[in-house]
Amino acid sequence: MSLRSRKAEILLIATAIFTLAACDREERHSRSKPLGETVPSGESPDTIIPGGGPSNPLDPRAAEYDNNSPALAEGQFLYTKMNCVGCHAHGGGGMGPALMDDKWRYGGRIDQIAATIAEGRPNGMPSWRGKLTDDQIWKLAAYVRSLSGQPSKDVVSSRADAMSTGSPQTLTPHQAAKSADTAQQ
Amino acid sequence: MIGSLQTYQSIFSSAADEVRQFNTLLVIFLVVCAIMYTLVIAFLIAGILRRRRADAHVVENGMHHRQNPLMRTGLIAWGSLVGVGLIALAIASFVADRSLASTSAHERLSITVTANQWWWDIQYNSADVSKTLHTANELHLPVGVPVRITLHSNDVIHSFWVPSLAGKQDLIPGRENDITLVPRKVGIYRGQCAEFCGTQHAHMALVVNVEPYADFIRWWQHQLQPAVAPQTPLALAGYIVVTTGQCAMCHSIAGTPASATVGPDLTHLASRRSLAAGTLPMGKGQLYGWVADPQSVKPGSKMPTIPLEPNQLHAVVAYLETLK
Repeated sequence: MSLRSRKAEILLIATAIFTLAACDREERHSRSKPLGETVPSGESPDTIIPGGGPSNPLDPRAAEYDNNSPALAEGQFLYTKMNCVGCHAHGGGGMGPALMDDKWRYGGRIDQIAATIAEGRPNGMPSWRGKLTDDQIWKLAAYVRSLSGQPSKDVVSSRADAMSTGSPQTLTPHQAAKSADTAQQ
Repeated sequence: MIGSLQTYQSIFSSAADEVRQFNTLLVIFLVVCAIMYTLVIAFLIAGILRRRRADAHVVENGMHHRQNPLMRTGLIAWGSLVGVGLIALAIASFVADRSLASTSAHERLSITVTANQWWWDIQYNSADVSKTLHTANELHLPVGVPVRITLHSNDVIHSFWVPSLAGKQDLIPGRENDITLVPRKVGIYRGQCAEFCGTQHAHMALVVNVEPYADFIRWWQHQLQPAVAPQTPLALAGYIVVTTGQCAMCHSIAGTPASATVGPDLTHLASRRSLAAGTLPMGKGQLYGWVADPQSVKPGSKMPTIPLEPNQLHAVVAYLETLK
């Protein structure tokens, strides 16, 4: 075998390895790790301040759920099945605040959204801790974040589960979160 | 026992009129095509073995107009044979199709099956709403009664296939399909989703129990009963976990506060033959395994692994076992 073809072969293998390594979009976590861990509850005194306030460093689990396509799809399933639609509609809001805009009363980071779902918030948002597993809460948070176009476009679903007159999520413009914690993103 | 296992999931069974039609059709097609195939091969071999005649090069000799009368008759006979064979096949499939369609005219039992990732929701419809029965993953059919199964899907395209009883029919989101059948043999049959529908497509099975009419009615009456109240302290503890925790967010148990419809109905869970849509046989050990960690039994299933304390797990299983 000539040196040139050997070089080409090595290059090809290296490209394949790097391409495969980049495939974390589809990485599936069928359960949260480790089991029994709860959504950060220590954050609540900070995150419950409207407009944000000083907040903790980003939860390490964020990387597992954010920008992860299966997590977003599962979150979308739960969003409908757990009747988030009842108050928030399909992101446009109703009895509850809109989720597709750039305003986050209790923080727009994925761990802050997870904390909001787990703990509930004043004026109607019920607490889901003990009703959903942490894994489900994080998946929901990942989906809620995607409503305002936060995750990258290659992980969001191009087709909503529900009937929709709007443009698909792949075309949703990115909404830079305006709450005080934006700097931490 | 062995006999029932052989027909558990087999397209060659004769357990329903529909599958008998298909098998008759299959035999007719097989015989007709086998005869034609044998003839073609026989002619081919004869053509190869036959010695070349002196006037073989008719075209080169300019003698191709000289026809062999025997060959002419043979070709006409061959053409007619092909025509007759095709007409026979067309008539056979038309007759089978018509007789399959005629079942729906005599429907006496209406069932709605809704496919979900990855389980079957089953509803027995009745004119009397209080007799409408909701169950999951196990279909009971009375023998000899024409039944019409209406098919829906909640998420993606699935396919309803009980090979021993009938052909396949797709369940398509937003559309209503149906399939009719007349089961003729008492027995337990296995159905399987026949359209790839996601990671756990292979674990989306259905138990079909064809039973005598009286048994079926008794089963229906029993299934209409709400779940029995927990009798032991352990079962009561399990009842509390199930109805106040994560389980009740997705499952319903008639006669308790649990009434969600995201997952399968559990009212008479322990009376079924399988767990998690044919994934596991029903039993205490399997219940433990499934409740403790569904994601290791059926990874990707919509049922999450719920972090239960050991005493909660014992209690939940003790309660689920009472749901006969």
